[in-house]
Amino acid sequence: MSGGKPDGPSFVRRVTGKLGRSSGVQVDEDLWASIQIARHAERPYTLDYINRITSDFEEMHGDRLFGDDPAIVAGFGRFNDRPVAFVGQQKGRDTNERTYRNFGMASPEGYRKSMRVMEIANRMGMPIVTLIDTPGAFPGASAEERGQGGAISRSMQLMWRLNVPVVAVVIGEGSSGGALGLGIADRVLMLENSTYSVISPEGASAILWRDASQAKRAAQAFKPTAANCYRWGVADAVIPEPPGGAHTDHGQAAEILGQYLQRTLLELEAQTPAERRVVRRERFRRLGPLRDPEGGVAMASGRDAPPPG
Amino acid sequence: MSRVGRNITVSIDRLRHLGHRQDRPRRIASDASTCPKCDSHYSGDEMRRNLRVCPACGYHFPVTARERLEQLGEPGGYVELWSDLRAADPLQFTDLKPYADRIREAETKTGMNEAVVCAEIEVRRVPCVAAIMDFSFMGGSMGAVVGEKLARACEHAAQKGIPLIILSSSGGARMQEGTLALMQMAKTVIALDALAEAQVPVIMILAHPTTGGVWASFASLGDVTYAEPGALIAFSGPRVIEETTREVLPADFGRAERQLANGQVDAVVDRRELAARIGRVLHILAPPDGEALVAGPPGWAQGGAERVGRVAQSLPSLPGKIMGRIRPGSGNDDGPVA
Repeated sequence: MSGGKPDGPSFVRRVTGKLGRSSGVQVDEDLWASIQIARHAERPYTLDYINRITSDFEEMHGDRLFGDDPAIVAGFGRFNDRPVAFVGQQKGRDTNERTYRNFGMASPEGYRKSMRVMEIANRMGMPIVTLIDTPGAFPGASAEERGQGGAISRSMQLMWRLNVPVVAVVIGEGSSGGALGLGIADRVLMLENSTYSVISPEGASAILWRDASQAKRAAQAFKPTAANCYRWGVADAVIPEPPGGAHTDHGQAAEILGQYLQRTLLELEAQTPAERRVVRRERFRRLGPLRDPEGGVAMASGRDAPPPG
Repeated sequence: MSRVGRNITVSIDRLRHLGHRQDRPRRIASDASTCPKCDSHYSGDEMRRNLRVCPACGYHFPVTARERLEQLGEPGGYVELWSDLRAADPLQFTDLKPYADRIREAETKTGMNEAVVCAEIEVRRVPCVAAIMDFSFMGGSMGAVVGEKLARACEHAAQKGIPLIILSSSGGARMQEGTLALMQMAKTVIALDALAEAQVPVIMILAHPTTGGVWASFASLGDVTYAEPGALIAFSGPRVIEETTREVLPADFGRAERQLANGQVDAVVDRRELAARIGRVLHILAPPDGEALVAGPPGWAQGGAERVGRVAQSLPSLPGKIMGRIRPGSGNDDGPVA
């Protein structure tokens, strides 16, 4: 990054400008391009960020029940002179690594490893940061037999119960319950080009259009961009990326993320655990509009204004 | 004994056809049924009397939410809650047809406003809150209304200090509400914790199917979890798994019986035993007011609660709740409550 703080005026302008443009109907190509950036092969992954913003990162392995899941990275490190626990789905860059990381699709033991690390962090009074980047939890018979559903739900339950500050950041692709399994937090941040969706465009295409080639149309229907998630109340802030996307400059992307994390953690550390839990409950409780009895639509959670800088 | 004489012989297709005319709300569990497993044919009355379980082979037919409440409750019925909540269309979503049309069709078809019905009900003399999902309303999918009603059901039960019964029958999150539907998973998981704090039990009934975001949220968090025979219980359905991993799955993949063996449910319970089974476990986990807390051999029960109270007092380091149930909101110094 050259010149200026990431939360300085130039970033504010760029982010709000983008939001302003997308406030009406999203242009198909813009939206699809953004989704492609979210899944760009050179986009920084969880460990790219952790290695840049922490020192002395100690990765933990295994759930002590069945095995270790390389699709989820979990451990402790020093972030701006305080210990912080980091957990995130990890994608791979080349074919071997992709296979090893199972394309960032976690199995139950991944969520259980994450829960083990979070329980330690909670006991030690250490804040927790999750980095979300997954096309979904692993759809496999073995994962089902070991309780994929229960692993995700218990991970959410544990995150809700935590006393320490919790920040979730969608850094790339946040799809389905596999993403939300690491997503119960006091603050949910999204990188500018990240997406957060009930299902991947390809999955939706196959289910809703019964045709795998309709991914673009599905993306258009879901509009799962960071700007829209902010508008729906799903995300609390949108983190700017270097011009062209995070893949163009990993160092700068990590630096900006670090500054947003620092500011968010300082805010949360000023609150009591009880205060944080009330907010954590309310931020999810209010999500989801209902039809008002008069026949109109009550956007219970909607925001009209662009995010504050 | 031949069934032919006792049962109606009109074609079910014709009944369906008649039912569809003039947009008349059609009862989903239609009046006559042919068992897809053994081809036996039954009248609506027979089906209803037998709780929509095939008397010949035990196949469990789908049941509407309101009929479920009648099956679980006692004469005098139930009081429905929040039935006026209806879905919005936050994304103005259209796939093969507009979401708004899908909702309107589901409302007409089912006579319901959404895919879950909540009620206050007594099951075997235990007052409960029940939230019953209905697959016939858009595949039982969970959007904002289902999430809201489930959260209210949790909060209502916790506030009243009475058990919550949830029956799931759902394909998962409602795609047409996008990311906001996903967030209902978080909402329901958090809301369910109110019952843990209030120390009242959650009984989860997994009916066919319980999949996707419903299985990966509240449905896998029951204190006691029963599954109906043959119910598919999975995060990813068999078709998705086979397409993604090229695995060849066994025919009983994800079915209740196999999930019992996998350790994912406490028991597979025949629908005809379900109300009795829920009643039995509730009388142990959450005995209604006035019922002895300590059930033991005759004689022992007498003064049992007193004895428990004395033991609790003699162990000041132990919270009273270990010895007995504390009403929500009451302090520990109130001692165990019978």
